[in-house]
This record gives sequence, structure tokens and C-alpha cells, in this order.
Amino acid sequence: MSITDREFWTSLHGMIFGAGFLLTFAGGVVGLLTLRAQWMTAEGAKASLRRLMVVTWAMAVLAWTAVLIGTYLIYPWYRAEPPAGASDLSLQEFPRSLLLSRAQTAGWHQFGMEWKEHLAWFAPILATAVAYAVTRQRSSLLNDSSLRRMLLALLAVSFFCAAIAGLLGAFINKAAPLR
Amino acid sequence: MEKQSGHIHDGGAWAAILAGGIGCASIGILVDLAEASKTFSAKLALSSSVGDLSGKTTYGIACWLAAWAILHLLWRRRDLAAPGRIAAVTVVLLIIAMIAAFPPFFGLFSNG
Repeated sequence: MSITDREFWTSLHGMIFGAGFLLTFAGGVVGLLTLRAQWMTAEGAKASLRRLMVVTWAMAVLAWTAVLIGTYLIYPWYRAEPPAGASDLSLQEFPRSLLLSRAQTAGWHQFGMEWKEHLAWFAPILATAVAYAVTRQRSSLLNDSSLRRMLLALLAVSFFCAAIAGLLGAFINKAAPLR
Repeated sequence: MEKQSGHIHDGGAWAAILAGGIGCASIGILVDLAEASKTFSAKLALSSSVGDLSGKTTYGIACWLAAWAILHLLWRRRDLAAPGRIAAVTVVLLIIAMIAAFPPFFGLFSNG
């Protein structure tokens, strides 16, 4: 049983930080949806807000870690150029070139990676905005339904971006694994 | 601080929300500009191993943080009269960002 450096970082990027972000999303949504003054005691509201702050900041940190590792550590391995005249077999070490070398797989780069590498960056930006707004407005969020609705919408967009990026990443890594 | 008898003005939170939309739209627009001009794309390659993605995201993040700082300074001591408008503008910016970063769309600007 062994794992290469590249496999280790790719797994950490997708299965720990990426998947962690997607899992904490459920906590953020439930926290925002159930945050209603009429449903809670003062003590209950305080505890819910504390949990919501922890969950939303966790989402932001996980998303930033995932995109930074993805962009600055894994992506250079993915897009590295093979030496001229490299055979099909040696292309195995150059996922982008391997995908582009066949018409059946080129779309994974031209559509999949091209979408993923940009869309993924929206997730941490929006998650940070949500975490900051929740923390700043913790004393009034309970009674501010328009702000809660907007934060829910941003959280949903952030989740959508991370989910698409994660899904495409999994498919691309299946078609041309980083080894 | 921004408090008055325990009340925290909501301008700071809406500044963060609108800035988030501006940051995403900035990245989307940079994606389209890089696709349209190879010269611009080359200028965005701040890191040779990452290519123009490094510049698109670095400058996009810079736009986001600058917009956030400016809006925060302007709104932190205010309760916004029409937060619905800020929400609507943010949604429009996010739609622009999504369309701009969608490969079949930015492919229309492809310059070889």
C-alpha cells in the first residue's frame, strides 16, 4: 500500500478540504434556516449563532485551503508540458496533455478543467462574505429576514461552485489521474 | 465603534455581500479578457507554472478586497435604506460572473 506525493495532495485537496466544505454547507444552511426569533429562546439563539459562526468560518477556511492547494500545488502538475515527441505512455505523467491527445477526452480539459479552475474561486469569496456578515450582524440576524435570505443565497451559490468544481475534478482525475 | 446602544449597523454586512459579487464578476471578466487577448493573458501569468490563472485570481481577489474596503468605509456606520437593491445588484454580478466563466461563453472571445 503506497501513495505518491501527488496522490496525497490531490486527495487532501478534494477529499478532505473540498468534501469538508461541502459537508459543512449542510450545517450552515440548517443554521440559517432555523434562525428565527419566534422559534428560539434567548439562550438557544445565542448557541445557534455561535455554531453558525463556527460553521461559516470553517467553510471559508476549507474553501480557501482547497483552492490555494488546487491552484498553486496541483494545477502546475496537471498542466506541465511533456518533452517534445513524448509517447502515449509517457503522457501518463502529464494529465492535461494526455486529455488533449485524444478527441474523446479533450472535452475534460477544454470544458471540465477550464470551468472548474475559475468557478472554484467563487466559493471561498462568497463563503468569506457570509462568515463575515454572520459574525458582524450576530446581534440582529435573528430579526433580519432579508439579510438571512441573502446569506442563504450566497451560501447556495458558493456550494454550487464548489460542488461543480469537485465533481469535475473527480471525473478529470478518473480520466487522467495525477500520479 | 459602529455600535449605538447595542445596535450594529447593517451597512458593513451588505458591503461584504456586494464586494463578494464584485470579486466574482472581476474574476469572470478577467477570464474573458484573457481569452480575447494573448498579450493580456501573458501579462496575467504571474507564475509560470500556474499560467494566466495566477493573474486572473490574484487581480480578481485584489478587486474584491479593494471593493470591500471602500464599501466598508462608506457604509459601516449606516443602516442601508434599500438593502433589496444591494441584493439585486449582487445577484446580477453573480450571474455575470457565472456566464463569464462558463467555457462555451468565454470560448466566443477565443483568439486562437
